[in-house]
Amino acid sequence: MTTRDLWEETYSAVTVNKVRTSLTMLGIVIGIASVIAMVAIGQGSQSSIQSSIQSLGANLLMVTPGAQRAFGSMVRAQPGSAETLTPDDADAIVSGVDNIAAIAREVSGRYQTVYKSNNTNASVVGTEASYATVRNVTMDEGDFITDADVTNSSRNAVIGQTVLASLFATTENASPTPDMAIGNTIRINGNNFKVVGVTATSTVANNDIYVPLSTAQHILVGSDKYLSEVDVEASSQSTMTQVQNDITNLLLTRHKISDSSSADFTVTNQSEIVSAASSVTSTFTTLLAAIASISLLVGGIGIMNMMLTTVTERTREIGLRKALGAKERDITLQFLAESVLMTFVGGIIGVILGWFIAIAISYFESISTSISIPYVLMAFGVSAAIGIIFGYYPARRAAKLNPIEALRYE
Amino acid sequence: MPNIIECRNIKKVYRNGDIETVVLKGITFSVEEGEFVAIMGPSGSGKSTMMHILGALDTPTSGEYLLDGKNIAQMSQDELSEIRLDKIGFVFQAFNLLPRATVLRNVALPLIYAGVPKAERERIAEQCLTESAFPKEFWNHYSNQISGGMMQRVAIARSLVNNPAMILADEPTGNLDSVTGEIVLHTFQSLNAEHGKTIVLITHESYVAEHADRIIHILDGQILSDEKNHHKRIAGHETQPIK
Repeated sequence: MTTRDLWEETYSAVTVNKVRTSLTMLGIVIGIASVIAMVAIGQGSQSSIQSSIQSLGANLLMVTPGAQRAFGSMVRAQPGSAETLTPDDADAIVSGVDNIAAIAREVSGRYQTVYKSNNTNASVVGTEASYATVRNVTMDEGDFITDADVTNSSRNAVIGQTVLASLFATTENASPTPDMAIGNTIRINGNNFKVVGVTATSTVANNDIYVPLSTAQHILVGSDKYLSEVDVEASSQSTMTQVQNDITNLLLTRHKISDSSSADFTVTNQSEIVSAASSVTSTFTTLLAAIASISLLVGGIGIMNMMLTTVTERTREIGLRKALGAKERDITLQFLAESVLMTFVGGIIGVILGWFIAIAISYFESISTSISIPYVLMAFGVSAAIGIIFGYYPARRAAKLNPIEALRYE
Repeated sequence: MPNIIECRNIKKVYRNGDIETVVLKGITFSVEEGEFVAIMGPSGSGKSTMMHILGALDTPTSGEYLLDGKNIAQMSQDELSEIRLDKIGFVFQAFNLLPRATVLRNVALPLIYAGVPKAERERIAEQCLTESAFPKEFWNHYSNQISGGMMQRVAIARSLVNNPAMILADEPTGNLDSVTGEIVLHTFQSLNAEHGKTIVLITHESYVAEHADRIIHILDGQILSDEKNHHKRIAGHETQPIK
């Protein structure tokens, strides 16, 4: 039998009963669609977590006082908790470690902040101009803290979008714009500060108020002996490990600690956070896909069941074909082709359906989804394989029929 | 004329556990090219078993069967399939057409397994339909839209497409009324007389057997007689297709 003839015979056999064929394919369609949708959700969450962590700052290392916590310092150290990181430490890092692009020293704490009749308990970060580069903070309006601000201990403040909304909303205007804030004086912990800038929206900066480091030390914290955090930007992705190790060793030496497990500080590598989060999401993705694959298995069993029924129904036809000269191989190929055709077409429909489901999910639930080509190709491969695996047994049953008995079958 | 069929001491024994049934006890005969032979016997005579062996659907337990010069008595299933494709044209009692295929596609079916390309298949199919005097206006009808007599004539056309060494007909008129049965027998006679086809027809009815040139009587697994038919009937035919 030529390939073209095989295709024609297969096509006419499969289209004899379109309802039955569609129902049989449905199992595969649903199976593939669920796997594609699940993988899309998993991959989407993986890349969105990755990009939100990376938006915190490229090549970022965070040095915090206190022992290792899971995921490093996503939470700011409170004043009074571990006072082991000093400004001298920061200076030592600058002079002693190579491949540092920028460094930002911070003291932070939560303080009651008031404007007219609005108040909020805000996270206040006293820092330097370099913070904006290191932590990837962009401005909506106005300017960030400058080196001059730090030198002069000026009473300038830069506020985030959420702080803007909390402090400057009025009964007439619930969504204040930056220009309504800039130039005005707010009171942080009873001290007057002039608003000189509003940051662009970002998950980190929204809730913060930035003031010059020196001002925070003298007026808010009341001490210039220690820092809450030192953020370091490594010169490139490839130097991050070296910078991390050098800072760690430097501080261990300075703090006179011989055993690194009893360090009184933590150096967190942002890419470690990213890969930890990635491995969680990829496990999550695999789990989702595995669950979805169960429906694929059921779909395959449905195919096998239908093919067995078809073979029984067409027993006489099989006997006839054999009598006319079809060999076992011809019959096997014929029925295998039918099941592969159904699963392959089911796979195509499933991929398209899964893709639509993924798009619908991102649209309605704002969970990001992404489908990569390798997974799509794998889905096609899997659906063809299911056709072969689950169609094989029925096809062999058909091929092994005895033509004499088959022709007598009622 | 060369022998299309040579059977030498064909025996067939079925074993079912301890029970042995000898269905064919030693059949010997030959058929020359161009002969029209009827094999006649009651049920249980072994004529069906004989038909299966002659048709290369089954192999004898012992003995030789030379079909067109080749001994096929001990061939494998796949080899027998090739022999059937190449050398035998079947006409069954129950017609055995593919119900949801057209007349043309049904006739061309064996050629698919011979690897013949589509255009050539259709040409040969049309030629064989013409040879079987099957009316052209029905060539594209679906086979479940035509009458029993017409279906059998489609089956006859199908049996010709691979240019077989012989046509093997198993009770071809068994499911037909007498009038349509006549048409079918007429078709066989003209294929034999005008086109020189070798025909072996299996039946239990003497009326049908008498349309052949030679009748072999078979009873209880043995040949009773093997004689030229002195009362040959010539089948009449209708000029309009019977619906």
